[in-house]
Amino acid sequence: MLTLHTIALDGLGGDSLLSWILQIVFLGIFVVFMFYGQRIQMYIMIREVEGSLFKLRMMRDEGRKMAIAAINEIGKPQVDPTAQVDRFLEYFAITPVDLDPAGIIWRLEHLLDVADKRFKDDVRLMAPQANETQIYNLEMTLGAASVLNVIYKIIRHFYLLGKKTLSLYIIMQVQMVLPLIMKEAEAHASGLKAFQLGQPIGDGAGAMVAAKLMHNYEKTKVEKDIVVAKVPIEGRTAYVLKAEGPGANVGKPGEAIKQIIEQNEGKISLAILIDAAGKLEGEKIGEVAEGVGVVIGGPEVDKYKVEETALKYKVPVNAIAIKEDVGDAISPMRKEIFDALDGVIERIKRVIRERTKEGDFVIIAGIGNSIGIGQ
Amino acid sequence: METTVPVARRVSPFLLAIIMITLVLSLVSIYQGIDAYTQDKPENGSLFLTMGVTTLAISTYLLFQTKKRVLKLGMEMPPLTTTLECQKCGFKNVRDFQRGDYIFKQLEEQCPKCNEKAMSIGSIFREIKEKEKTKEPRYS
Repeated sequence: MLTLHTIALDGLGGDSLLSWILQIVFLGIFVVFMFYGQRIQMYIMIREVEGSLFKLRMMRDEGRKMAIAAINEIGKPQVDPTAQVDRFLEYFAITPVDLDPAGIIWRLEHLLDVADKRFKDDVRLMAPQANETQIYNLEMTLGAASVLNVIYKIIRHFYLLGKKTLSLYIIMQVQMVLPLIMKEAEAHASGLKAFQLGQPIGDGAGAMVAAKLMHNYEKTKVEKDIVVAKVPIEGRTAYVLKAEGPGANVGKPGEAIKQIIEQNEGKISLAILIDAAGKLEGEKIGEVAEGVGVVIGGPEVDKYKVEETALKYKVPVNAIAIKEDVGDAISPMRKEIFDALDGVIERIKRVIRERTKEGDFVIIAGIGNSIGIGQ
Repeated sequence: METTVPVARRVSPFLLAIIMITLVLSLVSIYQGIDAYTQDKPENGSLFLTMGVTTLAISTYLLFQTKKRVLKLGMEMPPLTTTLECQKCGFKNVRDFQRGDYIFKQLEEQCPKCNEKAMSIGSIFREIKEKEKTKEPRYS
């Protein structure tokens, strides 16, 4: 019988039976890895993608269920909205032709307007008892559920394609970006409940700054869901604007800024835009940074309009960014972000003092989603 | 909505059977090792004990790996704090978020301090406890 004693006596390198067995096993492993190494690696990757896909499917199904429950609870429809919700989750929008880029912004804006109207009309049909604020919030809830559906379907596509073709590179490309995709999906999943209940989200940081400045002043509604108030700040007159809340709404800040500049015949000394911005790893949540340029995210139609008008009338555009994670931007507002807002207001005042004279007109635009934020 | 992905990740019964057999064999090996020591055969005892303990460790680890883990979807409702402020006397009160709350909403309730109907919502936020916060990197 082979014992530790015999191993100790013969060693592992001699002519013992054990050394033969070990050499054959080692050679066997070497041959297996030489011919099937890539395939083994691929199966490990497929298992990893499958695990994430399972989680994505759970998120997608839960999001769909939550959206249907919210419509039934708030909208009190006469018929079951499940089929309409499933149709909504499959909606798509085709981007305009960019082969001839001239005029693409206006075509894109038209497309976005059509999509927005279509979505809101559909939500109104699904939830006839809902008020305007609830319609906006339900649309946002369905939007988040739709994003989860799209993410799931794309990952499933690559997973099944990889399995079908047994191509390492198809599986590898999805496996490599999976951590970032999962982070995005988790952010949308956590935002679902916030949208349904109308809670302020991290993306509303800019809108919240504007709301704090314009609170208790008379407001007027201008271009598409934007409210403006004339606020005296540091001896100057500021046009403070934000998307109308408390419904989930980003409005058209670009069009509103354009109108204000044109109404004042370009006599605007400074435009300050405040928005939430994605933080880099290592940066703290709620960190504030200043810069120049138009800090408006999304499909860039609004950004283009502000840039065009600012260039035409030579209006300097300053930006203040409130740093946050992608997950924090679409989930309920964190205390760190809320605490940073007073500091942002102080910065705005300092920039106004430094860059303009008393009696000047300035624009302060709080960019972002006004869900859960009044004015 | 069609699906082609398995509903749940199931543990293969074949794998489970192998793990159980290995577990039993490892216990037998440990028994034989102890038995060999008691019969004054330490060289055999060492081998059986080494084999038994190693196999026991591997099979127990594999058995724990097969345990179904609860998936966290990140959809849990984080607790939200609503701060109520009196516009007249500045009194502040804190409560949990309720459906329909929004920042700058004028409330019907009276201020417990000055009894004026001037309460409004000043802030709504979620606070992450220190334990839940991710460790800040050393280079921050």
